[in-house]
Amino acid sequence: MKHLLSTEDLSLSNAIRILDTAEEMAAVGDREVKKLPALRGRTVVNLFFEDSTRTRISFEAAAKRLSADVINFAAKGSSVSKGESLKDTAQTLAAMGADAVVIRHWASGAPHRLAATDWIDAAVINAGDGTHEHPTQALLDAFTMRRHWSKLAGSASIGADLKGMRVAIAGDVLHSRVARSNVWLLRTLGAEVTLVAPPTLLPIGVEHWPCKVSYNMDDTLAHGVDAVMMLRVQGERMNASFFPSTREYSRRWGFDDNRLRALDSLGLKDTIIMHPGPMNRGLEISSAAADSPRSTVLAQVRNGVSVRMATLYLLLSGETREPAATPGTAASNAAHSTKESN
Amino acid sequence: MTSVTNAPVPARVVLNQADIDRALTRIAHEILEANKGSKDLVLLGIPRRGYPLAVRLAHKIAAADPTVDANAIVGQLDVTMFRDDLSHQPTRPPYPTQLPRTGIDNKVVVLIDDVLYSGRTIRAALDAIIDFGRPRIVRLAVLIDRGHRELPIRADHVGKNLPTSSTEKVRVRLEETDTAADGSVVNEVVIEGGA
Amino acid sequence: MAENNGTYLIRGASILGAGAEDLLISNGVIAARGAAAAAHKDAHGATVIEAAGLVALPGMVDVHTHLREPGREDAETVETGTRAAALGGFTAVHAMANSNPVADTAGVVEQVHSLGRAAGWVDVRPVGAVTVGLAGEQLAELGAMADSRAQVRMFSDDGLCVHDPVLMRRALEYVKAFDGVVAQHAQEPRLTAGAQMNEGAVSAVLGLTGWPAVAEESIIARDVLLAQHVNSRLHVCHVSTAGSVEIIRWAKERGINVTAEVTPHHLLLTDDLVRSYNPVYKVNPPLRTDADVQALRAGLADGTIDVVGTDHAPHPSEHKECEWAQAAMGMTGLETALSVVQHTMIETGLMTWADFSRVTSTAAAQIGRVTDQGRPLDAGEPANIILVDPAARWTVDPAKMATMGRNSPFAGLELPGQVVATFYKGHPTVLDGKLNTPYRESAAAAAGAS
Ligand SMILES: [Zn+2]
Repeated sequence: MKHLLSTEDLSLSNAIRILDTAEEMAAVGDREVKKLPALRGRTVVNLFFEDSTRTRISFEAAAKRLSADVINFAAKGSSVSKGESLKDTAQTLAAMGADAVVIRHWASGAPHRLAATDWIDAAVINAGDGTHEHPTQALLDAFTMRRHWSKLAGSASIGADLKGMRVAIAGDVLHSRVARSNVWLLRTLGAEVTLVAPPTLLPIGVEHWPCKVSYNMDDTLAHGVDAVMMLRVQGERMNASFFPSTREYSRRWGFDDNRLRALDSLGLKDTIIMHPGPMNRGLEISSAAADSPRSTVLAQVRNGVSVRMATLYLLLSGETREPAATPGTAASNAAHSTKESN
Repeated sequence: MTSVTNAPVPARVVLNQADIDRALTRIAHEILEANKGSKDLVLLGIPRRGYPLAVRLAHKIAAADPTVDANAIVGQLDVTMFRDDLSHQPTRPPYPTQLPRTGIDNKVVVLIDDVLYSGRTIRAALDAIIDFGRPRIVRLAVLIDRGHRELPIRADHVGKNLPTSSTEKVRVRLEETDTAADGSVVNEVVIEGGA
Repeated sequence: MAENNGTYLIRGASILGAGAEDLLISNGVIAARGAAAAAHKDAHGATVIEAAGLVALPGMVDVHTHLREPGREDAETVETGTRAAALGGFTAVHAMANSNPVADTAGVVEQVHSLGRAAGWVDVRPVGAVTVGLAGEQLAELGAMADSRAQVRMFSDDGLCVHDPVLMRRALEYVKAFDGVVAQHAQEPRLTAGAQMNEGAVSAVLGLTGWPAVAEESIIARDVLLAQHVNSRLHVCHVSTAGSVEIIRWAKERGINVTAEVTPHHLLLTDDLVRSYNPVYKVNPPLRTDADVQALRAGLADGTIDVVGTDHAPHPSEHKECEWAQAAMGMTGLETALSVVQHTMIETGLMTWADFSRVTSTAAAQIGRVTDQGRPLDAGEPANIILVDPAARWTVDPAKMATMGRNSPFAGLELPGQVVATFYKGHPTVLDGKLNTPYRESAAAAAGAS
């Protein structure tokens, strides 16, 4: 694994490896000294073409807990006002010796471009690209679900997948990179996913996805569900005829107080309610639901740091891309490799 | 070097099951002796094979001193994240660190590993320990000391000193972590390769 | 190439893929064909071109080329674009109107036309804009462009759709006055706001805004009905979907005067390539699905689609070395068109070389009303001829192309067919697969006088 660009091409073994490593990283968060020296001397650049304080500080905390040097690079530039080109920015970061680039971009596929071109030879981590993917969000969601699922099963999370878990993802799937990354990762981990959305907010072609599609929230709950993930409704959708009004949206597709009560009456006592944040309280999720004991919203934030530590560690701790040229270093390499038992 | 790895590897057993057991028994008694008893003892095994050795030692100590609960004094200390050679090796996922409930503050911590070689693993372990607390004393026990130190580190308790050439490989196989090629239980130390 | 008297004896070429015959080129025309060629009085002293194994075809006519001049000389010029055209086997190209300034006046079309004549590699036929500034609001002076020295017959807002139905109706009606044709870039703008690629299974996964097939098909359906209603001539640019083929087939069955074009890239490539997010695959209309590719091939083979048009659209590298959403749309195509069509249509058994000459030359010249091109290779006809080695295979390397654009989606592909020679008005612009010299009117006139 050299980059983390999407969950669509993330193998089961790599997914489990990240989640298991994240469990160890989570333990670090519980310690008095929340810092590990693992990435000392490595430089991680947070390259953000789109504002997202939450994601940036989560990656920043993760990198710093691993003792990496962190450079924040806010390259604001929209399709309207073009800033410096991605190519020039990447070459600048390469010249600065970046070992990893955490990139958030409004354009789908921008991380793929960084990884596929020779503009920069660094590990590329997709921190959300357009309406394409947000793999670390899906991994932290899966991490949160796996802890819950293992606890219910009374077994350890390490090594576990999500076989049999029923997950509903509800809301603006069409524009959601979170939904896409979750669909692929949850498929890989063996969960059963149902997308719940108005037909206008589902992409053409969704019928090829490894999940069920429903237009009815109440039916989906009635069929039984172990986790409900509510997606954020973006403000700009509201006046583009994707749905008639926010009132109708929240009545048909939101997780309101009635549906929160329905979980109890349906006997779904262990069902969790998830949200990637930031929430529109009263639109896609009611305050009672967001603040209920079922809500994992804050656990998701906490787990985000662990998952991002795991990702940075697994991408950056391995053999450096250029083999050491000095004979002395080469000899010490050989010496170390002869003792496997450490 | 490549010819060595391609040719059938000559291997000789230097410690068998009984040898290992004897060595651990001796180390257990040495630890008790050095500590003047079992007070404040904590055994921290370094993954992978240091941990089962620590468990075995804890049981031997408990056998010698009935006041000791073996499970209460043994733990695992992962040093992966503290290594100074992470960037020269394939990526390795970390192992869990599990400390005894009593913690390690003001304890006598004995680090346990299978093979002492360059000393870099132990240096990493010392760094790791500092992040978890402040032991009163830290000692080191290893099953094999094969020499070739790169750091000023020595073991307090050694099962067997094994002079080796740096082209040789010392393989420790324990039933808790390894199985023999034929699937049978294995407890042995083997030297492979060499000129 | 040494000077000669402008007389060439092509020996043993397979005429349109049929039997081997000789062709004698003299004074800009085919002086004789077959046994008569070598016996012709002008054959003495002619430069002999041994053409055994080569196919002789009428020079290709592109109905859809972006030469970028005036305004974007960093992307292409008339000189570089027409060099590429000659190397690709073309003897005429229609230069699209979306230059800067837009080719919406007699002045601009005459400028492009004279740049083409000065270059001398192919006949440059300017396309006039339908609306002023391509703004889709007000008709440009179509008559003035038709009457200009450029003799414009094809009008298009290509790059943009004439989406206002009233304006489209008026344009179709108005061009009847001078036997013009409106070439429509069929793209309903509201359905394609922000569109990045074909809408379907791949766009759903990639999170790129979809360009639905219906945005093309609904405009084509409207326009064929308008063409029928006002009894005018409609040309549909770069048809890209199976549904469009169906609608055009239906229109032709009803006798509607519609012609249609397909690009080489839509005959070969699919939207699966977009998974790389490499903007070299970004084009408008977008690459579609394999089912669409198969329908386009069938439509071209059965005559529903009349012609191949390259939609050659060179871009400077910085417009492609960026994020997908930032990248410009378009692909180069002049130097790969013949090979791609051979690969997709001839080597698949869907078409013969005679069919090839129809879709790349004869029908194209008729749509553009280019009277001296797309003619049979018979005695007395203008000598616009290419010689093609159908057995050659080559690997596409954009760096070696004559176009300034490096944005070929075929880079690295091995393709069949090579243009060995191109004769434009009897003059070899390409010989031995390499650029020779441009056609010079004075030289030809002098040769004709001798
Ligand atoms: Zn167009």
